[in-house]
Amino acid sequence: MSWSDWDTWIVIVGALCAASCAIPGCFLLLRGMSMMGDAISHAVLPGIAIAYLLTESRASLPMFIGAAIVGVLTAVFTQWVSRFGNVDRGAAMGIVFTTLFAAGLLILTQAADKVDLDAGCVLYGAIESVPMDMVWNDSVPRAALVVGSSFLLNLLFAFLFYKELRVSSFDAELADTLGFSSGLMHYLLMTIVAITTVAAFEVVGSIIVIAMLIVPPATAFLLTRRLSVLLLLRVVIGMLSSALGHWASSSVPAVFGFSQTTSSGMMAGAAGFFFLLAWLFSPQGGVITKRLKRRSQSA
Amino acid sequence: MFDLSASDLWDVLSLQKHNTRLVVLSATLLGASCGAMGSFLLLRKRSLMGDALAHATLPGIGMVFLVATLLGLDGKSLPLLLAGASVTGILGMGLVLMIRKTTRLKDDAAMGIVLSVFFGIGVAILGIAQNTGGAAAGLESFIYGKTASMVKADFWLIAIVSVLVCLTARLFLKELMILCFDDAYARSQGWPVLFLDLVLISLVTAVTIVGLQAVGLILIIAFLITPAAAARFWTQNLVKMLIMASLIGAVSGWLGASLSALLPRLPAGAVIVLVGSAIFLVSMFFGSERGVIRRYLKQRRLNKRVGRQHVLRAAFEILEDSTDSDDVANHLVEWSKLQAHRSWSEKKLKTLVRWCKADDAVEDAIEPGHIQLSEKGFAEASRVTRNHRLWELYLIRYADIAPSHVDRDADMVEHVLGVDLVKQLETELSEDLRLPKSPHTIEIEGEGGAQ
Repeated sequence: MSWSDWDTWIVIVGALCAASCAIPGCFLLLRGMSMMGDAISHAVLPGIAIAYLLTESRASLPMFIGAAIVGVLTAVFTQWVSRFGNVDRGAAMGIVFTTLFAAGLLILTQAADKVDLDAGCVLYGAIESVPMDMVWNDSVPRAALVVGSSFLLNLLFAFLFYKELRVSSFDAELADTLGFSSGLMHYLLMTIVAITTVAAFEVVGSIIVIAMLIVPPATAFLLTRRLSVLLLLRVVIGMLSSALGHWASSSVPAVFGFSQTTSSGMMAGAAGFFFLLAWLFSPQGGVITKRLKRRSQSA
Repeated sequence: MFDLSASDLWDVLSLQKHNTRLVVLSATLLGASCGAMGSFLLLRKRSLMGDALAHATLPGIGMVFLVATLLGLDGKSLPLLLAGASVTGILGMGLVLMIRKTTRLKDDAAMGIVLSVFFGIGVAILGIAQNTGGAAAGLESFIYGKTASMVKADFWLIAIVSVLVCLTARLFLKELMILCFDDAYARSQGWPVLFLDLVLISLVTAVTIVGLQAVGLILIIAFLITPAAAARFWTQNLVKMLIMASLIGAVSGWLGASLSALLPRLPAGAVIVLVGSAIFLVSMFFGSERGVIRRYLKQRRLNKRVGRQHVLRAAFEILEDSTDSDDVANHLVEWSKLQAHRSWSEKKLKTLVRWCKADDAVEDAIEPGHIQLSEKGFAEASRVTRNHRLWELYLIRYADIAPSHVDRDADMVEHVLGVDLVKQLETELSEDLRLPKSPHTIEIEGEGGAQ
């Protein structure tokens, strides 16, 4: 295959996306809310539908705002249902996002004569088409700017609230006794999750975001027990997944005699590959590492 | 737009319109079987398994299509696609179990990993399939459903699988029950927990995959979660919960599909989800067992009782301090002393005293700034104080709690001591049946003596 500027941009955008998902992803994992990305990807539909109906345009800013608001609402409603209703967190999340998605679908079909909106194409961009939408004298893809700024936002957030986030993720009660509200931290984090995921959906598609939120943090989690190392490792793994995934999207099908396939799916697959490696060979209790250790001990 | 006659409504709801009958019946059946399976998942805290499972079917579908097309078969034949979907679905869920077993990751992370990686690989495989030929178009709709255009074969498939799944669940009811409530106990009793988990997963996979191509991803996820979560508010009994959840699932399927058949532009899947969510919301507030209102009232009643007992005991202890003799007399109690006794705020104490007055335990004293216990209140105060001391003594003597720390522990338990337990404490602890002294004063006396 031949490598071009297109490929470089795709890998860079994928890596930026992986990096911007790093901070929310790690904290979601620590809080046992890894499915939040998937939930938000379905739940934002009504926000997009309402934004479209109100502004009657396909401009991306109103839709982004609508989606981000509903994304935060998803987290808020999930918290309410699980707190007040005493319902398991996962179940609460499931109820909230299916309800919101259904409501969005209903709004879209009710307004079908006014709206020509295919949920699939408005909601989700595709990473393969990233280099087609360039700004600044055609020098940088818009997607790189969007994902890059959400990365910076996340970095700032983590920098400002690192200590608070860490304490409230590991021990919410300790956080409360130390005098900063763990509830407030929760909603702040959820806002960041919503903004990051929605920004990324719009430019690179939902599948990459969902995978990057969950898989690299879980991989890093198997490799270390320190939070700071976890965050760093996770960024590196995410970036490697992006590069490997894009390379694999054209080279793997070629092995079987097919033409190339989508990069987004393959990036998720590559993240899965790294997870598999860590699962089997992690120095901290990988499945095979453990077995080898046991053998050398008994010998 | 919303004009419909009563007879139309009746025709659809009672399944007499044969063009809507199939859809309504299928949705009802699927709702019932998913409701039952969802109950097990909810209790096992794996509600989102349906979500992960549904996404994990995609690579199987793509793979089957690719291989079948290469072999010259019909890549879109339903049995083949179902088989492919089941294989990767079960494989994915098996991986979830293995990740859970061999790493520190929790269920939610394991499911998230399988969901996103499998779905990603599925998207990649479909990408290959689309590049090889145009015939792959519409393959994705396999997991997004086609509720309104169901055919007879879909209905029979759903009916047979639903019945089989429910029968199997009935057969393994006891085992699944033990698995859901306490898997560690089940393992210690020699039950094959992994096998039972696989049985549960296979049952869930069966309903999910059959439902998936008929009603779509979102509806199946909702069917597996919402009815079970709603039923949980109404009962603490698993068998009753299974029946409730099936009923709620069936009702939301039936009502939702009927509404969508009657009114224009209401997609069946979305309406069914919304009907289910409405039932959930009502259950959440009004549920007779764990509903919000019911739990609020229970909590309030307990708070009232505890608060009242605290006031009475405080008053009694003040009276006790004001006299040297062992017989405590019912005098006036100074408000400021009472407030200082447990560091109550003015407002808090006013509320508590109001509750006491409502029960005739406390009366207004003639002298301002004082309250007086009624005869009934005084008796209760004496009894409450006695229970508190008994429990404190018990903790000091048998639970090895330091006398200086015992007050708080006793505070939390004393309100729920039953009559029998108090009797038992009396025989265990006090030789004479008079009111035991507060251990704190005993301690102070002891310290004083040592100096």
